[in-house]
Amino acid sequence: MSTTEESRDAERPMDPDARADAEGPTPAETRTGKSGRVPLWVLVVGLVAVLVAALGGLAAYGGQTLPERLGPPVEELAVERTVIAPGSIELVLRNTGPDPVAVAQVFVNDSYVDFTGADEPIGRLAADTLVLNYPWQDGQPYTVSMLTSTGLVIEHVVDAAVATPEPGFEFLGLMALVGTYVGVLPVLLGMLVLPILRRTSGRVVRVLLALTVGLLAYLALDALLEGLELAALSGGAFGGPVLVFLGAGLAFLALTTVDKVLAGRRPDERDTGSAGMRLAVMIAIGIGLHNLGEGLVIGSAYAVGELALGAALIVGFAAHNTTEGLAIVAPLTTRRPSLWSLVGLGLIAGAPAILGAVIGASVDNAGLSALLFGVGVGAIVQVIIQIVPGLRDRTSGRLLDPAMLGGLGAGVVIMYLTGLLVAA
Amino acid sequence: MGGANGATFRGGAGVDHAANGFDPRTLLREFDYGTVSTENGRTVRDWTIRAEDRDIEVAPGVVFPAWTFNGSIPGPTLRATAGDLMRVRFVNDSEHPHTMHFHGIHPAEMDGVPMVGRGIISPGEEFTYTFDAEPFGLHLYHCHVGPLAEHIARGMYGTFIVDPPGGRPPADEMIMVQHGYNTTFDGEGNQLYAVNGIPFVYMNDPIQVRRGELVRIYLVNILEYDPINSFHLHGNFFDYYPTGTRLEPSEFTDTVIQAQGQRGICEIRFPYPGKFMFHAHKSEFADLGWMGFFDVVDGAES
Ligand SMILES: [Cu+2]
Repeated sequence: MSTTEESRDAERPMDPDARADAEGPTPAETRTGKSGRVPLWVLVVGLVAVLVAALGGLAAYGGQTLPERLGPPVEELAVERTVIAPGSIELVLRNTGPDPVAVAQVFVNDSYVDFTGADEPIGRLAADTLVLNYPWQDGQPYTVSMLTSTGLVIEHVVDAAVATPEPGFEFLGLMALVGTYVGVLPVLLGMLVLPILRRTSGRVVRVLLALTVGLLAYLALDALLEGLELAALSGGAFGGPVLVFLGAGLAFLALTTVDKVLAGRRPDERDTGSAGMRLAVMIAIGIGLHNLGEGLVIGSAYAVGELALGAALIVGFAAHNTTEGLAIVAPLTTRRPSLWSLVGLGLIAGAPAILGAVIGASVDNAGLSALLFGVGVGAIVQVIIQIVPGLRDRTSGRLLDPAMLGGLGAGVVIMYLTGLLVAA
Repeated sequence: MGGANGATFRGGAGVDHAANGFDPRTLLREFDYGTVSTENGRTVRDWTIRAEDRDIEVAPGVVFPAWTFNGSIPGPTLRATAGDLMRVRFVNDSEHPHTMHFHGIHPAEMDGVPMVGRGIISPGEEFTYTFDAEPFGLHLYHCHVGPLAEHIARGMYGTFIVDPPGGRPPADEMIMVQHGYNTTFDGEGNQLYAVNGIPFVYMNDPIQVRRGELVRIYLVNILEYDPINSFHLHGNFFDYYPTGTRLEPSEFTDTVIQAQGQRGICEIRFPYPGKFMFHAHKSEFADLGWMGFFDVVDGAES
């Protein structure tokens, strides 16, 4: 308590209750609640009951005292998944607005179509599936217009119709292979620079760490934008953009906890090698969560048949991800990790791409994807915070010297340039 | 239906005509000659037309807040003979100001536009438009209150026919009013296109006509938000009389184009029995509802 507060308290005239408070219960009284006062749990239960009753009453009767909402009903439908099969287009719809939506008729490219599903109005946050009988042509764009009972038109654009792959084992195997190509292999390749790094000075390693921060910062921004874009697609029913930040915050907190636990296990961590390994693990986890998001993009693109530039996309992502291997081994130059621990790091960073591709190909849910992109962002931010102290020059204590800034800038530029390969 | 077989509403369903209060299948051949009397040796025809706001099911499950003449879209088809006196008592039972503007030849104060003659007829008020039936032909009436496009797009239009003295040759006569519904009210084209009120209605219930009998179609275009409309008949040709103001056809064709407000008479004899399509040859309009079938049947009974 500050002195000013103390003096203010002293000036206040004391009533008997306040005096009793000031004297305070003995520790024993506090524990057993024998002071004659109401036990704490009763207060808590009582407060919760009052809150529930008040909110319940407000919900039940409060609304009636307000005027009806003016204007037409707010009708919103988000298309969560598009399945294109021979002669039909299937849309999984979710009502993301406050009012029920009745899909009365549907036209595709200005032609009314027969369809099944959504016989009843779709309630708030409820989902339903429309199956349209429409002879679509391979690779052509289609605008599906859903005419609601009030005459509103809700449009969904299929950029290029391609038969949706069956989500069988064969397809999931293919996704695993793609995930390996763009995630695991490039990261392991990038880690091959470790022997060269060992022969360089501490200054070079610091610059490389700065480069890593640049790479990661770029990835975080990229994932944030991608996540926000997806969140916009999801129609905002489950929070929209908030989902991205929620994912980021939770991932950040979770990884910070992991880091603290790892650090706590080795209280007398003197040699920098162990700290370096810990940092490498954290970087690998951060990159892994980022690659989960990358896998999602590839998988969902594949699922809706939009991976027309398949090979180019895979090569682009692979080149992009090679730099991630470099980031992982940068803190390991003063230590000789076993081959297996290196492979383990590579898998931590790369394998989530496989998982992401499989999820992306089979789930295709913009809201969930936005959340997972947020997780990637939070993970990367946490890793950056881990790395930054290591950038400080041990002799001068300076953080931002020209070499460091150069490394940072180079990291951003490298990511930008390799990112262009993926801009399909 | 559906898929490669062509456009359709869900399950080939239709609307509830009874709830709408009008049925395009009967409206097709309904001509309202009015209450006929003679004054000073001249035939006088009286009608009462009410403006009514009405929710109309324009496609299965889709409700359109329409403004109508006598509760239907299009309004009733009034019919007189050249030289008759037409007296149309217009009662505005709508919550919005309206007029009745008739095509044809008449004095300025009977033109049914704002600020001329009686001008706008406010809710609860009425006015009787009185004018001679001339020239003979096929004409339009519609509301002329601003914003004009909205009053027309909401459904305030109909047709009146002035028969030439002595009439036209006997025929199976029908009225087809081409129009649409902009259900989103954005003024950008329409979501639904139709003849006589309801899209696809003559697909589900083809119009029965007799082989060899003269069929006369009074074809009108009052489509709002799209510049032109058209009519195309399958497997047959027809004589076309633009505006119906001459007794000689201008063309023998299977397709005619009409801008908004244009109209004409089509005369056909179907030599073959069977189902023959007709539709807007702006095929987009056809797929959005403006198409139907003639079912040509043999024999004395149809
Ligand atoms: Cu009007």
